Amino acid sequence: MSIDLDVWEIVIGLEVHAELATATKLFCAAPNDFGGEPNTHIDALTLGLPGSLPVLNEHAVELAIRVGLALNCTINRSVFSRKNYFYPDQPTNYQISQFDLPINGEGWLELPSGKVIGIERAHLEEDTGKSTHIGGGGRIHDATYSLVDYNRAGVPLLEIVGRPDLRSGDEARAYVVELRAILVAVGASDGKMEEGSLRVDCNVSVRRHGDAELGTRCEIKNINSLRSLGRAVDYEAERQIDMILADERIEQQTRHWNEDEGRTLKLRSKEQADDYRYFPEPDLVDLLPSQEWIDRVRARLPILPAQRRLRLCERSGADLAQAVLIVERGLDDLCLAALELGADASRTITHAEHNLSDPKAQGLDPKMFAKLTNMDADGILSSTQTKTVLAELVQLGGDPAAIADSHGFKAMDSGELDAVVDQLIAENPEQWQRFCEGDPKISGFFVGRVMKATQGQADGKVVAGLLSERIPTAPKE
Amino acid sequence: MTEPTPLQNDTAATQTDLQTAAANRSEARITPEEVAKVAKLARLRLTDEELTRFTGQLADVLEHAADLDLLDLDGVEPMARPIPLANVFRADIPGPLLSREEVLAVAPATEDGFFRVPPVLGESE
Amino acid sequence: MTSALEIAASVRAAERSAREVLDEHLAVIAEREADVHAFNLVTTEHAIAAAVAVDELVAQGGNPGLLAGVPVAIKDNLCTRGVATTCSSKILQGWVPPYDATVVSRLAAAGAIMVGKTNMDEFAMGSSTENSAFGPTRNPHNLSLVPGGSSGGSAAAVAAGFAPISLGSDTGGSIRQPAALCGVVGVKPTYGTVSRLGLVAFGSSLDQVGPFANSVAEAALVCEVIGGHDPGDSTSIPQAFPSVSDHLSDGVAGMRIGLITEMMGEGISPDVAQRIRAAAECLAAAGAEVEEVSVPAVTYGLSAYYLVAPAEASSNLSRYDGVRYGLRVEAPTTGEMMELTRTAGFGDEVKRRIMLGTYALSAGYYDAFYGTALKVRTLIRRDFDTAYERFDALLSPTSPTTAFAFGDKTADPMSMYLNDVCTIASNLAGHPAMSVPYGVGTDGMPVGAQVLAPALGELAMFRVAAVLEGSLV
Repeated sequence: MSIDLDVWEIVIGLEVHAELATATKLFCAAPNDFGGEPNTHIDALTLGLPGSLPVLNEHAVELAIRVGLALNCTINRSVFSRKNYFYPDQPTNYQISQFDLPINGEGWLELPSGKVIGIERAHLEEDTGKSTHIGGGGRIHDATYSLVDYNRAGVPLLEIVGRPDLRSGDEARAYVVELRAILVAVGASDGKMEEGSLRVDCNVSVRRHGDAELGTRCEIKNINSLRSLGRAVDYEAERQIDMILADERIEQQTRHWNEDEGRTLKLRSKEQADDYRYFPEPDLVDLLPSQEWIDRVRARLPILPAQRRLRLCERSGADLAQAVLIVERGLDDLCLAALELGADASRTITHAEHNLSDPKAQGLDPKMFAKLTNMDADGILSSTQTKTVLAELVQLGGDPAAIADSHGFKAMDSGELDAVVDQLIAENPEQWQRFCEGDPKISGFFVGRVMKATQGQADGKVVAGLLSERIPTAPKE
Repeated sequence: MTEPTPLQNDTAATQTDLQTAAANRSEARITPEEVAKVAKLARLRLTDEELTRFTGQLADVLEHAADLDLLDLDGVEPMARPIPLANVFRADIPGPLLSREEVLAVAPATEDGFFRVPPVLGESE
Repeated sequence: MTSALEIAASVRAAERSAREVLDEHLAVIAEREADVHAFNLVTTEHAIAAAVAVDELVAQGGNPGLLAGVPVAIKDNLCTRGVATTCSSKILQGWVPPYDATVVSRLAAAGAIMVGKTNMDEFAMGSSTENSAFGPTRNPHNLSLVPGGSSGGSAAAVAAGFAPISLGSDTGGSIRQPAALCGVVGVKPTYGTVSRLGLVAFGSSLDQVGPFANSVAEAALVCEVIGGHDPGDSTSIPQAFPSVSDHLSDGVAGMRIGLITEMMGEGISPDVAQRIRAAAECLAAAGAEVEEVSVPAVTYGLSAYYLVAPAEASSNLSRYDGVRYGLRVEAPTTGEMMELTRTAGFGDEVKRRIMLGTYALSAGYYDAFYGTALKVRTLIRRDFDTAYERFDALLSPTSPTTAFAFGDKTADPMSMYLNDVCTIASNLAGHPAMSVPYGVGTDGMPVGAQVLAPALGELAMFRVAAVLEGSLV
């Protein structure tokens, strides 16, 4: 990216919509299921049939409270409002949302780096159906007709509005990763961007460092992955800077991220704000979660990612980067359990970081994992052998000693290895002389012979150590 | 018959005052441009005759509603619904669905289980 | 006319068959419906099947319910499964709901027999049933006069003897005013006591379903059958409907009743006012303490209502767009299709109210219009609460005039709205109110006396109504 960050500041605020993991929709008992044949998860309210009425899903409120508490928000008395606009995927041509009184008030989220990002609010709202545009390559502007599926209409969403405290594409990604981890940890959502259960809209503006006022922002939609998020932020920031430098006015717009072309395109102008004619939803009553309810939710909140990272660092000596990765993989509980059972801390962390990317690793038996780390640390197994045993442990379970045996990885004690080394030196005096003299061509000779003699069971590093011990300190005559 | 209860607030007006206020209003309460704008917002198409006629009729209603301007509403809470209920919930348990056949049977246009509509262009969201 | 109570008793006792009762009523319909046009649809086959089922149940010794065999007419804005529900609008012509409104299923469970869907002002917007897309209903007492609205068909059905009971909906007076004009009893219950699930929404915070009947007792029974908590309606009060049937003869001795000053003023026709004063005297003679009472904020009810109701309606009617059901006018884009469909499908009054409501909610105007109206609503409620500290029930005319002629008020919508001056305040406050026939005007047409009560004050309301009814015998 060619932006001079000494001159320019990129200001980013994210609006994240999370599909809540409830069994049924927000206001009716139709199922909240991904996929399915079109228009099969529908009831009268899903279609907005005349005479249908909404009734609020208690579990959706529970999940909203969990997220609110996890984001340090106030839990408020809230009211549902109608947001009126005509669109065929909106069965009643209004969306029931929360406008001036959202359930979750101001809060914050801490990035792994320690930077705190403000949360403005989070509120409940219902999702729309989906339209598919037929003809014209699926693009809305060239379609000959459209098909509408209401399966998704009415699915509960929690819209989380972050303050524009982010300053780079990387920070934006880190925010989404952390937010997603929190949502998954509290069981509110499965947070899958690619499946649409986590949707990110990005507001980007730029300004020169030192400017008090924020620049005009543009909202970017259609960001379907973390990678797109980073790319879109970078592209949009450059676009805006180029315009400013060319003395062009930036119009407040909604823009569409085009993944293939790697750029944003204007969707519509936001300068004439849409008139949604919000008013309180007359078919619903106020939502006032009791203090008892909030306290119960707070007491049952699971440990959150930031707390996990801290805990892992403190108890295992892992550094922050390692902790971020290990917690993200969901392996911190395993590591801590292994440590309790006497595992070697540094081998545990190293393996969790480098050799346990398979999701099955979460199912590892901590006792067996601990045992293996000790076999590794004690040199009973070489690092190559350890990796092999570990991989099998992940896939099939079992006991590392038994696995090692079955591969013929003998536990080589140091005495045995000494004898092998000595024998090879005795059998190869010429090569030994050259090795001692530091001939580079012969440097791998003895390690290679030892490995052959031990059928690969010796640890290369240990062998190298044994060899260098035997190099005479006094020069030969 | 006893005295009627005193008026709740001092600035409320009598019937005659209301009529005078309405008569004195020189500005129309809604213009044809505004009517055209709300018609568009509401997805209604008006002929020129309708635009004129409806503007006059809507202005009449808003004229009448101007009597509300005379009230002192400081500190009065808005009442969106007339019942003091709160916290009405439903358990998160699936319920009976409508059959797609029944629903699509009364739909104006369908295709392969979808509702079919003309191309959607330049709409919001 | 046999009362619903008598019919139910005799059907349960197998003294009469439901089929026989039905056939009698179908004969009356056949004779007069062409003149009255109370119905959009007479559901003969459906009714016969239901009557046969009731008779079979009785034959097997089962309990067919409190309204066994009683014919009932249902306003065409209440969803009836498998039976067309049009709200008297072209935009819903031919739409068949896949479910029953809660009140409809409760009536069916009580053994009532639906004979048809009644005509109404389109989407319940009107006071004369002249806004129906399918032609007006005529007042059975005088076919050149309106039956009132918006539940004109349901009122006329009972007045003409097509059914002893019917259901209507009341948002600003749409049960009570036609009841008054047609000389029958009409009840708007406390908001939240009768489920709105399956009632096609007009003004959601104002709408209530209620009965028409020839007597206070029949109306009370229907309320008890259809009312009570419905978990499918979030605005439904979590309790049973107030029990009133057993207390109808309690009388009014010792009750304090207030005659609303603001509803006895200039806009009320003198003959109507005279009947209401007679009603007041009747109650006094029966032992009640009757006085005039001022409820000042009700003067503003009309203005507040014509901002609140259209605002909610403008949103409630957005769903009619030709996409999923009902009328569709094809066009090259969906936007145009929606526009053409709504323009062709809605009548003038509906369009006016949608535009008025959209305007009242629009950016920059919300505070001045809708926001203000909601505050006035609070004032009205407060003034009623103050009155109810001194009174158990209130009295007023239901309608400012007796039935008027077709076309009298259609040129000037504001003149039509003025029909609601006495009824509107109760909807805004969420209070119950009912109309009881109380004599006739100088034109010989029925006059209705309105009894008002505080929220959940149905008992007081029905007691007063029963005394008024009894005094005319």
